Amino acid sequence: MSDTFKLVVDGTEVEVPRNYTLLQACEEAGAEIPRFCFHERLSVAGNCRMCLVQWVGAPKPIASCAQTVGDMRMNPDGSPPNINTKGDYVEKARNGVMEFLLINHPLDCPICDQGGECDLQDQAVAYGRAGSRYELNKRAVEDKNMGPLVKTIMTRCIQCTRCVRFAAEVAGVEEIGMISRGEDAEITTYLEKSLTSELSGNVIDLCPVGALTSKPYAFNARPWELRKTESIDVMDGLGSAIRIDAKGAAVMRIMPRVNEEVNEEWLSDKSRFVWDGLSRQRLDKPYIRENGKLRAASWNEALGVVAEKLKGDASKIAAFAGDLACVEGMKASKDLLSSLGVTNLDSRLSGQSLGLTPSGEALPRESYILNPTLMGVEDADALLLIGANPRTEAAVWNARIRKAWLWNDLQIGVVGEPHDLTYDYMHISSDATGLKDLGAFGDVLKNAKRPMIVVGEGATVGEAGYATLKAAHELALECGAIVAGEEAWTGFGVLHNSASGVGALDVGFLPAEGGKSAAALFETKCSDIETVVLLGVDEIPMSQLGDSFVIYVGSHGDAGASRADVILPAAAYTEKAATYVNTEGRVQMTTPAVQPKGDAKEEWAIFRALSAMVGKTLPYDSAEALRSALSEAVPSFAGLNFAPGVAGAEALSAALPAAGGALTDDPIYSPVGDFYLTNPIARASSTMAECSLQKQTLEVSAAAE
Amino acid sequence: MLEDKDRIFTNLYGREDWSLEAAKKRGAWHLTREMLQCGQDWICDQIKASGLRGRGGAGFPTGLKWTFMPKEVKDRPHYLVVNADESEPGTCKDRDIMRHDPHLLIEGCLVASYAMRAHKCYIYLRGEYIYERERMEAAVKEAYEAKLIGKDNVHGWDFDVYIHHGAGAYICGEETALLESLEGKKGQPRLKPPFPANAGLYGCPTTVNNVESIAVAPTILRRGAEWFSSFGRDNNKGTKVFCISGHVNKPCNVEEAMSIPMKQLIEEHCGGVRGGWENLKAVIPGGSSVPLLPREICDDVLMDFDALREVKSGLGTAGMIVMDNSTDVVKGIARISYFYRHESCGQCTPCREGTGWMWRVLERMADGKAEHSEIDMLLDVAGQVEGHTICALGDAAAWPVQGLIRHFRHEIEERISNYRIGKPLVQGASVAAE
Repeated sequence: MSDTFKLVVDGTEVEVPRNYTLLQACEEAGAEIPRFCFHERLSVAGNCRMCLVQWVGAPKPIASCAQTVGDMRMNPDGSPPNINTKGDYVEKARNGVMEFLLINHPLDCPICDQGGECDLQDQAVAYGRAGSRYELNKRAVEDKNMGPLVKTIMTRCIQCTRCVRFAAEVAGVEEIGMISRGEDAEITTYLEKSLTSELSGNVIDLCPVGALTSKPYAFNARPWELRKTESIDVMDGLGSAIRIDAKGAAVMRIMPRVNEEVNEEWLSDKSRFVWDGLSRQRLDKPYIRENGKLRAASWNEALGVVAEKLKGDASKIAAFAGDLACVEGMKASKDLLSSLGVTNLDSRLSGQSLGLTPSGEALPRESYILNPTLMGVEDADALLLIGANPRTEAAVWNARIRKAWLWNDLQIGVVGEPHDLTYDYMHISSDATGLKDLGAFGDVLKNAKRPMIVVGEGATVGEAGYATLKAAHELALECGAIVAGEEAWTGFGVLHNSASGVGALDVGFLPAEGGKSAAALFETKCSDIETVVLLGVDEIPMSQLGDSFVIYVGSHGDAGASRADVILPAAAYTEKAATYVNTEGRVQMTTPAVQPKGDAKEEWAIFRALSAMVGKTLPYDSAEALRSALSEAVPSFAGLNFAPGVAGAEALSAALPAAGGALTDDPIYSPVGDFYLTNPIARASSTMAECSLQKQTLEVSAAAE
Repeated sequence: MLEDKDRIFTNLYGREDWSLEAAKKRGAWHLTREMLQCGQDWICDQIKASGLRGRGGAGFPTGLKWTFMPKEVKDRPHYLVVNADESEPGTCKDRDIMRHDPHLLIEGCLVASYAMRAHKCYIYLRGEYIYERERMEAAVKEAYEAKLIGKDNVHGWDFDVYIHHGAGAYICGEETALLESLEGKKGQPRLKPPFPANAGLYGCPTTVNNVESIAVAPTILRRGAEWFSSFGRDNNKGTKVFCISGHVNKPCNVEEAMSIPMKQLIEEHCGGVRGGWENLKAVIPGGSSVPLLPREICDDVLMDFDALREVKSGLGTAGMIVMDNSTDVVKGIARISYFYRHESCGQCTPCREGTGWMWRVLERMADGKAEHSEIDMLLDVAGQVEGHTICALGDAAAWPVQGLIRHFRHEIEERISNYRIGKPLVQGASVAAE
């Protein structure tokens, strides 16, 4: 049997793979097929009946989404089957279905948030009747409480069950379902609760009508009024592709874009709903602390104060980069501070042993990126997660792991805290000592053709963390996870949970010769340090900065700003063209969707201005010039949107340098405590606060039972 | 008339004991081992040659269906599932078979399972059949104790029967919805293909058969395919249990030869129509799903698959609902429409939305509160449901409506006109005035 199948669609012959559905085959032939329930990334339900086509010779119209091409029969004379996607027969069938969908659908498009981007509205234009023949009362369905993110108007529901399938298949929480039957069928969550999933917002995109819409966005704007900007998300280390919809100066909503290699077409709730945090708690003017109180100041004044401080003893200056810092900002600040002789730079604020060994020896780039790539998990047959909780650290990737577990029989082992990851796994140990003896999972890894070992940031903290990283790498070498050559496979990598992580290491925002690491400085509460520059650092206990003079460069008034002595307001990720490197080492750029708030400026421009004031003018006048200087210094910045993947095999085939630490039996904790509140933008968002509160309430009530 | 010696269900009326000993005296479990020794192919060939067509309604050749199962058991076990979810209004044949001749069914399960290389059989009973479940469980227990079934039984084919009790949903009589329900899920039909013979219960090769189709199999094998095929016309062979209810003098279940004229069936077995044949208005010949037939057609139509299809109806389950002239046929079909609205699973659009629409329009029509133009609209709506759904429930909901309009359109029109006499010309005028 050949792998392809020939058929004639509307008179055009096409040859498609046998596993295609008829709907895909028709699209291949250039025909457009209307649909509601069918979605490429969900199982086939075949229940909306909108995609009906005519198979010449068949007694009934065929639901093209549910018909596999390979199951079709030839015509009696041996010629390929004829399919019609147009014509009276098909039109009549689809018109009938459309009429049924509309008889109980409310005519409230003018007040419906889906209006303008509604599948039902669009397809009704093509297949709807001019008037209604149904003169009876329409059905009304009670709205359901689905939490702070998803607004429900269930009367509009057409029971396509996309949300049900998404929750069960992709999100892995079987908490949406259809109850009752016939006309009374209703979609509901499990007893008036929101989904316990970090991906619940995706049901809004999936819903083809206005039944599930965004609660925070409700009645805010119409889709045609919005300015749409394609950009990159910074809420986690994945760098998901997003589209920022803005109106005037405000971001109105954030939607996912398709990027098969990163986020497919999903987006985590934090990335999607964080936008209200972009207009709250913003730093819009420079501030200087006087007599214990911050007062607004001009840029010149504030920069003057900072310049004075930076002219001091370079060995008593330190700089730290936070989770949202962009590459440009880190590059400019590093260049300036290095030219002043500052060596105490660091971005590994929890003390992660990444990029450098504990003794300061440089490590190759491949040792701190996710070499197997996010997509690579679909090729893997065994996955060992070490101290990583992908459900909160990389929610979208977790869905992909689940997909591989569900469809490819991926076997998963976990070293570290056990969590509900939405798939089954073997729990090996809660601490790193499990790496010495993996038990039954050791055989799984050994027998795997493409094993994958992923170390979470939480596992790499301190000297013991380096030992863990090294042990994981040795394990990878042992079980054949790193293969160079034709059948190349690099099954070893690190999962970062911040957008700045890899970029900072690539730029080299690390202690220079003679400099101290953040961990070392924090241990002594920065007692030897007079001046600290914080590049959007808010996640550390501020007491660790001791009595030093703190210069805060960032966008939101959070922990860092309230400790700061000078605040230099910077643009947030939706307001600048900035480079971020995701956990795979994929260099991506954001696009500005709105203007920076107030007097805020892009970080690199702040340091460029500062450099002139301290007499060490940086050699670039534009972001482009900075980037070309950067790609000259660090070649990995030369190519955008590309993950090195298997190219790392050779660099990883030698063991990592030895260091003092050993594996300890201290439990490994994930660095992400509360998924919804990991960064200053999220903490400024009232939506995220509601989500966090609700999650705690659910956990408390579950624990009380 | 079928002679008593040619009846398969000799205890259909429960006049004798149902239990194993009595059943054996009536011929059950006789030569079963020898049948199995003839091999799977022989059994399938015999059933094919007998011309047995599925007794659940669709009339698919049973022997052919059995051969769709894979010829070898590979990594997945095979299953036989017996559809005893008899919920079709007007049908009660499986009920009496299970009550009074349960051993014929159990023996049939063994033979059919052997023929399709299955070691397990599930009998899915309708939720309301509580008494029948008790009877079936008692009979299965007897069979286990007599080592007729079970592990290392006297027939040399390890075989288990499980009785599963449904929750009383009509849709679970659809074979794939039945499988979903049996797996513990909500009873909603699956998309086909894949057909159950490829991926049925728990994804394994499965055949779903009606109780009657399975229960007649051992007797066919005992008495020979020629004997069975000596009844009925070509392509409509064998004997069949008919269930006649409604306006007849003696409603009954009766086993008769296929292709018996409808009139003869009613007159001979049911004491005729109430008030005489002339008082007959219409007959629904095959359970509520098929279009009704007016008296002119009933006069000489034969009761078999092909004859009834020629008159645009169907044999279905052979559950005949007889209606005399006192019947409000529009109201009757409206009630049937209500049934389908109530039993639609709600999965696919045309059936979910269309069944309710048809019912509401029919309810008004029964009172005459409708427009003449709505008759054509109703017919159009029924046509939009028929053939556009995942399973056959959509068709089953549309056909009675189509049958009504085809044969009794004049009655609906009359009723609408009569309702209007003396009322304002514009519909809704009275409402507006209020």
